[in-house]
Amino acid sequence: MVEKTMTITDETGVHARPATVLVNKAGNFESDINMEYNGKNVNLKSIMGVMSLGIPKDAEIKVSAEGSDEEEALQTIVDTIKTEGLGE
Amino acid sequence: MSSINGIAASNGIAIAKAYKLEVPELTFDKSKVENPEAEIERLDNALEVSKQELEIIKENAKKSLGDEHAEIFSAHLLVLSDPEMINPIKDKIKSENVNAEAALDETANMFIDMFKNMDNEYMRERAADIQDVTKRVMAHLLKVTFPDPALIDEEVVIVAEDLTPSDTAQLNKRFVKGFTTNIGGRTSHSAIMARSLEIPAVVGTKNITEAADKDTLIIVDGIDGHVIIDPSEEELAAYKKKQADFEEQKQEWAKLKDEPTKTAEGEHVELVANIGTPEDVEGVINNGGEGVGLYRTEFLYMGKSELPTEEEQYKAYKSVLDQMGDKPVVVRTLDIGGDKELSYLDLPKELNPFLGFRAIRLCLERDDIFRTQLRALLRASTSGNLKIMFPMIATLDEFRQAKAILLEEKDKLINEGTEVSDQIEIGIMVEIPSTAVIARQFAKEVDFFSIGTNDLIQYTMAADRMNERVSYLYQPYNPSIINLVNNVIEAAHAEGKWAGMCGEMAGDSIAIPILLGLGLDEFSMSATSILPARTQIKELSKQDLASFKDKLLSMNTAEEVEQFIREKTNQ
Repeated sequence: MVEKTMTITDETGVHARPATVLVNKAGNFESDINMEYNGKNVNLKSIMGVMSLGIPKDAEIKVSAEGSDEEEALQTIVDTIKTEGLGE
Repeated sequence: MSSINGIAASNGIAIAKAYKLEVPELTFDKSKVENPEAEIERLDNALEVSKQELEIIKENAKKSLGDEHAEIFSAHLLVLSDPEMINPIKDKIKSENVNAEAALDETANMFIDMFKNMDNEYMRERAADIQDVTKRVMAHLLKVTFPDPALIDEEVVIVAEDLTPSDTAQLNKRFVKGFTTNIGGRTSHSAIMARSLEIPAVVGTKNITEAADKDTLIIVDGIDGHVIIDPSEEELAAYKKKQADFEEQKQEWAKLKDEPTKTAEGEHVELVANIGTPEDVEGVINNGGEGVGLYRTEFLYMGKSELPTEEEQYKAYKSVLDQMGDKPVVVRTLDIGGDKELSYLDLPKELNPFLGFRAIRLCLERDDIFRTQLRALLRASTSGNLKIMFPMIATLDEFRQAKAILLEEKDKLINEGTEVSDQIEIGIMVEIPSTAVIARQFAKEVDFFSIGTNDLIQYTMAADRMNERVSYLYQPYNPSIINLVNNVIEAAHAEGKWAGMCGEMAGDSIAIPILLGLGLDEFSMSATSILPARTQIKELSKQDLASFKDKLLSMNTAEEVEQFIREKTNQ
């Protein structure tokens, strides 16, 4: 399993638009991909899961991937978070 | 047949069958099923049809509103394929042997409750998204239609409680011949949109959704404010004639399209249009507008999940300026708050939003939002004849602060090497009585005034324009309003500035002679009102009307004013 911790910098936190992009990206991978915030771990392929975390600005989140394409999956999600201006 | 009266919101006659834009009855009984696999198949089918519909709605939204506004439907689509949502529904069907409707309802409600209980307003509103999506699937399970303006593919008249901005944005003029709603008035959002789309509309009918059944023939008379349900042969013939006459009248008006607006003695006044989006410019040009007198920028901010970027705004402003060439474009900076909320700003609810934290008040505190908009405007300024105005100015200090921020951003851009026009006029909306009263002081510092009558009337009369019980106080011809308007025009002229008006009143056939006599320079109205107004002004003598000025200013009641003008102008 691979994982990475990031900080959310977007003013509105993880809201619907970037969450949609993340879930769509996650859906392209074989691996199980999860996002953790505030002790709660959810499936990143689930829009409701991601939204239910209610991640605000300045939150510290952890993204993890486990499976055959875990390295690539994690890298893609981390890149997406950065290019969406969501976090760093 | 039957007939219902409402408020004429947009000119013209529409005759077509009723399309009821309301959520259908979605009741069901929870029941045990023999064959869970068949239930799951039913669910899968309903999900599939719902996805197809949402794809159509999304594409339509993309075309009419732009990519940003279509994003919300991408999120809705993801809910329909969300494993954390769909799998529990299927598990429930299998393990409890219940019907798909019950499994869907119970699972969705669990998520809806979870979102409703979150401590962030934005997230709480997402509960409504899940509800929307669930209702669509439920409708398909129950084999009832779930209406959406994007799915209309034949000629209809829309019948609804009210139309939201996203509903109206998706109306396809080819199929939607007109609409009629239970609530709303001439200045409500749906009415403004109807005029910008140029489709007949009657709003505020109170009970049209109850009175009209799906698919019955309906006549919407947007000229006189009637809706006729299931008309007789005679009525149908009469309205077809009225429709043809109106078309003929439009042809007459169209002859003045490329003429400047001149009074009987040949004096020029400017007739310009109110717009909400770059797409509205086409209507301005087709209706012979001499410019844009009010570009409401709120639409860029509404129906979205986050603030619009500088680039996104720049593109919209540039597009409007490019299309208008060297004609003036007055852009109003963000006027949010009051009845227009932005969920993503998470502003606290107010008891009295119209008197609260809105428009310039919000922009001065959240100057990050304000600066982004100003930068986008300044960058676009070299594309045309831009004028900027600030809404809801109550004190000179507010104007000075706003102007200082504008000039700061201008300097920054110039230092960054960006070209900015140095011809930009900076003005204010006059919609608060305090400003109208001391317009003389303001006139020394602003480049122009634009009188926003919808708000000026509600603030002067202390009557909420959304509250039907006090609607009798919405009196544009009240001598108090005429005195305030006169004060603003005189103040502007004393300093060599111009005064315009961008409220509903500017396009009103009783108000036009009054305003002409007071010396108003610019009239900004719905694009479709321009040609009728130009036709009317051609017959009016500004000198004659000006000679009634003192008489009008000293009248006692709105009725007196109206009657006097009717007599003098043969209306």
